[in-house]
Formats: sequence, structure tokens, C-alpha cells
Amino acid sequence: MPQMNMVQAINDALRLEMRKNDKVVVLGEDVGKVGGVFRVTAGLFDEFGDDRVIDTPLSEGGIIGAAIGMALYGLVPVPEIQFSDFIFPAYDQIVSELAKFRYRSGGEYVSKLVIRTPVGGGIRGGHYHSQSPESQFIHVAGLKVVCPTNPYDAKGLLLASIRDPDPVLFFEPKRIYRAAKGEVPEGDYTVPLGKASVLKEGKHVTIVSWGAMVYEALAAAEQAGAQGIDCEVIDLRTLWPLDIDTIIASVKKTGRVVIVHEAPKSCGLGGEIVSLINEKAFLHLEAPPARVTGFDTPFPYTLELEYLPLAHRILPQIVETAQY
Amino acid sequence: MSATPTTPSQKPAHDGSAKNGHAPAALVSEEVIRVIRDDGSLDPTWDPKLSDERIVELYSWMVKTRIVDDRLVTLQRQGRIGFHIGSLGEEATILGSAAAARPQDWIFPCYREFGALLLRGMPLQRYIDNMFGNSNDPVQGRQMPDHYTGKPWNFGSVSSPIGTQITQAVGFGWAAKMKKDDLATLVYFGEGATSSNEFHCGANFAGVFKTPTVFLCRNNGWAISVPAARQSASKTFADKAIAYGIRGVRCDGNDLLAVYAATREAIERAARGEGSTLIETLTYRLSGHSTSDDPKAYRKEAEVEAWKSKDPNTRLRGFLEKKGLWSAEKQTALEEQTSNELAECVKVAEKAAPPTLESMFEDVFAELPWHLKEQREQLLKGPRAKGHGH
Repeated sequence: MPQMNMVQAINDALRLEMRKNDKVVVLGEDVGKVGGVFRVTAGLFDEFGDDRVIDTPLSEGGIIGAAIGMALYGLVPVPEIQFSDFIFPAYDQIVSELAKFRYRSGGEYVSKLVIRTPVGGGIRGGHYHSQSPESQFIHVAGLKVVCPTNPYDAKGLLLASIRDPDPVLFFEPKRIYRAAKGEVPEGDYTVPLGKASVLKEGKHVTIVSWGAMVYEALAAAEQAGAQGIDCEVIDLRTLWPLDIDTIIASVKKTGRVVIVHEAPKSCGLGGEIVSLINEKAFLHLEAPPARVTGFDTPFPYTLELEYLPLAHRILPQIVETAQY
Repeated sequence: MSATPTTPSQKPAHDGSAKNGHAPAALVSEEVIRVIRDDGSLDPTWDPKLSDERIVELYSWMVKTRIVDDRLVTLQRQGRIGFHIGSLGEEATILGSAAAARPQDWIFPCYREFGALLLRGMPLQRYIDNMFGNSNDPVQGRQMPDHYTGKPWNFGSVSSPIGTQITQAVGFGWAAKMKKDDLATLVYFGEGATSSNEFHCGANFAGVFKTPTVFLCRNNGWAISVPAARQSASKTFADKAIAYGIRGVRCDGNDLLAVYAATREAIERAARGEGSTLIETLTYRLSGHSTSDDPKAYRKEAEVEAWKSKDPNTRLRGFLEKKGLWSAEKQTALEEQTSNELAECVKVAEKAAPPTLESMFEDVFAELPWHLKEQREQLLKGPRAKGHGH
């Protein structure tokens, strides 16, 4: 089985689906000849031509608005927003249009597209190349939100996202674009949306995370293990709809949970997960559910490693939760 | 349809003008296209040469649209429907343009174009059901009145945000062009929407990718209370086409035949692969923005009166009567027939059940996820609100 990084795996998924389905088109800024600023679409222009791999004007609103129109026509656009920090000119189209087409037309119209966009910090990108805006899309009824953490899942989840009947925001953690490597099967397979992955089983503390911070959670879990604390680590993979069953089953087993995410703490997805745990597993809890997250500040440049919830911040919380 | 295509070469007056110093020839002309002259004769330059029957048919739709408008305002005042946003005074713009689109062309509406949808064949009952938001409404009362959908008639789905349909219409036409399908998109918006980012994005993409899009800007003078002059320092709204490298034309928006001719030409250019056109129709919103608006607060009655003298329905009726194609008797018969049909539709819509409680949760996603199932159960088991029939 070939070894791939995230970039290669996503590229492989796009190529596979574009060969299989001539309705799939890729559009965005620099996605064509240069293959994207992270090279995720490299080589697609040469293979599929500029009618299917389209360099657009520098206009996120135009990219998503036009992609919605293409989708209404019956194409399956996979637009790229160069950084999720730049998605906001298209927010009106995503929130007011994309998310509501099926609902507001009584099912007459479906606007099916997958918006791919790099997310998260750790690349010294400052405010505008580092943010994690997932909860701003989860809060909008009608969108599915996906965030893979390894090449196998990235390919399988992207193929599942393109074939899913609903619009999908596909967040790609840019910090691990090349750092995360692994075996990726050649050819077709999917990883189902809405299913989390238990990366490590354990009996003392549940850690729920997604994106690049999953690796920090795993590192902290290993260090906690050296202290006799056995952690279970859950990678959500699909952020919405949430795999609530996997989370609740784990919390019922451990009674203790730490949620780790890069996005700011307040109104982050972690808060929603804590609420759901309180609603569904309150009597199983041995400690207050805890969060280790980014702070409620804009994403800083020089101090980004202090901002991110890295393993050195996760470990003390695991210990505190375990000993509560 | 009996329109004879007119080409720019037949109209020497239409080759653009450098008078304003920046308009390259052939992109935007200063000409305002008019067909129906004040004396009731037709200017042959742009006459779309519609058959008498077709003109009478379109006039009838203008009358029907106005009767429906009038009745819906009354229903709102009586508290029987919640809202209406109409097209009083803009009937020629809406019906003339929609009629000029070919059946395979798709219409992306703003929110004043119910007349276009009725012209395309949507049953009046379906529209009235939408106004009441009942269980027969295809949208299941999920949207406020006048937010209809018309896919069977190649007609989009209405939303409230300004201009969002513009980029979508461009993308839709672009996709058709990629697939080498012979269709254009006709997208409606008011002059206020030319200030939106969506207009800019859409017109820019249309220019760059030469999409088969007809941008129909209903310049009706007002965006709620803000006059057209406050939207732009451009001399005309059609002038904006220059910056995007697309063609811009202006026409008398209260002249059905002028709107038809301008739209038809734009559609045919699009179909020939010659790209997009921005049409500015000069018309006037005789009513308030919607039933929630009182225009007396911001505009003078004299202005409204001046535009009433250019009423598109009156103008076309005068033309038809002069030609012996219309009469007071025909007018009365049409009005009675439409009023009766409408009364019947209202009766049926008022008797229809409200949407089911379950319908609130359907169509958010293709399949109901666990959290919506839970919330649906909570609603069904919980206490009922008063006043909607459940």
C-alpha cells in the first residue's frame, strides 16, 4: 500500500472522483496550473483541463456563489477556499443559500457541493492563516462539517463527502498536511460521515479531539500513561453531525472527559459536547467535563505555541480530571 | 413566440457613444430603448414584432398580476396573510423580460417576480398556498410569503438576502456552457442590489468566463426608502457593465415591447456565445417596498403621480385599444375572471391544514440525523403554541 501524506491523499481522492464522475469540478484561487498554494490540486489541471479545474478571480463570494449555481445545474463542485480565514466573503452564500436550499424549496432544489479549506494554526500564519472557524458552520442548520487527521481518513472522508447528498465543509488541518503520513489504499473506498474513530482505548479518562490537536492529545495520553492514567482518545473525524454514541459510550466507561480543540473556548464545539454529555451521561460523571482549547483572543503570531492547546497544556488537565 | 431577432448592425444608433468619455463603443449605449411611442405607434428600430395574440396574452398577464397584487395587499391588511411584496408598476419589466426568455432558459428571481412564474405556468393556487404557508405550499410554510420555488418551470427559489441569486445565475449558466447546453439564465434584481458584493462578483465572473447570463436590473427608483441616486455615482446602472467587460443596455421599463426586445436580444447574444448583458429597465415601484413599508414617509406624492401617468398597463392598454385589440368589455371580463379564480384559490388555501409539526425538521438534511430526531420528539411531546391550527 502506498505511503502518502495528507496532501497526496486528498489529491488522490479528487483525481479518483474526477475520473469517475465528470460532473465533479474543482474551482478556486490558484487551484489550476500551480495546483493550489498547498499543492493539494497538483496535476489535476493537466489531466482534466481548465473546464474542470478552474482558476477563478480572487473572490470567495464569487467562487461559492458560482459553485452553488453550478450545483443547482447538476454539477458537483468541489471549490477550494485558500485558507478558512478567507471564507467569510462567502459566508452569506454558505449560510443563507447553500445550507438552506433543500429546506427552503421543500426539497425541490439541492445545492450539493464540498468546500475544501485548510484550517488551524501552527504554521506561523498569524490571525489570518490560522483560525479554526468550525463552530461558525456547525451552528448553521443544514451543513455537514468534516475534519480528517490522517491520510487514510482524508481520502475516504473526502470521497464520502463528495458522494453525500448534503453540502459539506471539509476542513483540512494544514499543520499536518505533510507531517501526517500513512498507508493509503489505491482505488476507491470511503470512510463514513458521522462516525468518530477511537484511536486509543483506555479506561480512566476520555479525550475528545479533532484536527491537528489529535496528535497532541495522543502525545499527552502517552505521557499520562506513564503516570498510570489510561486515556481513551477519540478523533471525531466528522464534527457535525456528531457521533454522539461513541462519545457517550466512552464517557459512561471512564466517567471523566477532556475535550481538546484549537478554536476559541467560548461557544466552541467543546462547549456543545460538554452539554450533550451532561444531558446524556450526567450520572456517570466522576469529574466535571473539562476543555483545553485556544483562548478567546484573535490567533496570535509570535505566541502561537502558547495559544494552541498542545500536549504540555493537555497533560495537566488529564491529571486533574483523573484525580478529581 | 414570433420575435424576429434584431441585431446591433440593424441599429446604427446603437453603436455606443463616447459622449461620457469612458464608454467604449458597443459595450454600453446611451440610448434608452423604447418601442411604444406616445402616439401609440411602434418604433420599428426595436419592435420585436410580436403577434397581436401574444401582446394581448402578455397584457392579460400584466392585468392578472396587478389584480393578484391588489388582492394580496388587502388580505395582508385584513390580517389573513402575513406579508406581501409586489410588483405594482413593474409589470412590463417583469412580464416583458420573462416572456422574452426561451422555455429552456432559467429564471433566477429576486422577490418581486411572481408574475414571471405565473407566466411560466405555475398554477395560481400554488402561489396562493405559498402566501398562506399552508400544508399544500411546496415550501411547507418554512419561508415567509412570496418566497416561492418553481423548479418545474425552470425558475429558482426565492431568498431574502440581496443579490445572492446573481452569482448563482452566473454559475448555473457557466455550467450549462461547459456542458454545451443551449440555455441562458435571466437573473432579476433591483438597482439597490448593484451595490452588493454579489453583483460585483457575479458580473465579474460573467465577464471573465463569458457566461450566458442576462442581468436584469429593475431600476424602480427606490430600495425601500433609499433613492437610486444614493446607490451609485455611476451615471447609469447600465454603465457598470463597462467595468466588467460585458454589454449594458437601458430600456424603458414601462414599455412591454421595449423590455421584450432588449431581453430577447440579450438572450440571443448569450445563446450565440457572445456573453452576458446587463439590462437596466427604467421603471418605478408604485407601491411601498412591501406591505410592511409606508412610502409616504420618504417620497413625495407628486413623484408617484408623475410615474402613474406612465403606468405600463395603461400604456399597453392604450396601444391595444387603438389597434382594436382590446376593449372595456374585455377588460371587465378579464378582471372578473381573475378575481373569481383568485377568490376560489384563497378559499382553498385558507381551508388547507397548516404544515405538520414534523415538516419543520424535514429537508434540513437528506436524512434526519440523531439530534433532529431528538428535537422533533421534544416538540411532538411538548406543549403546543396557540394560533397556527395545531
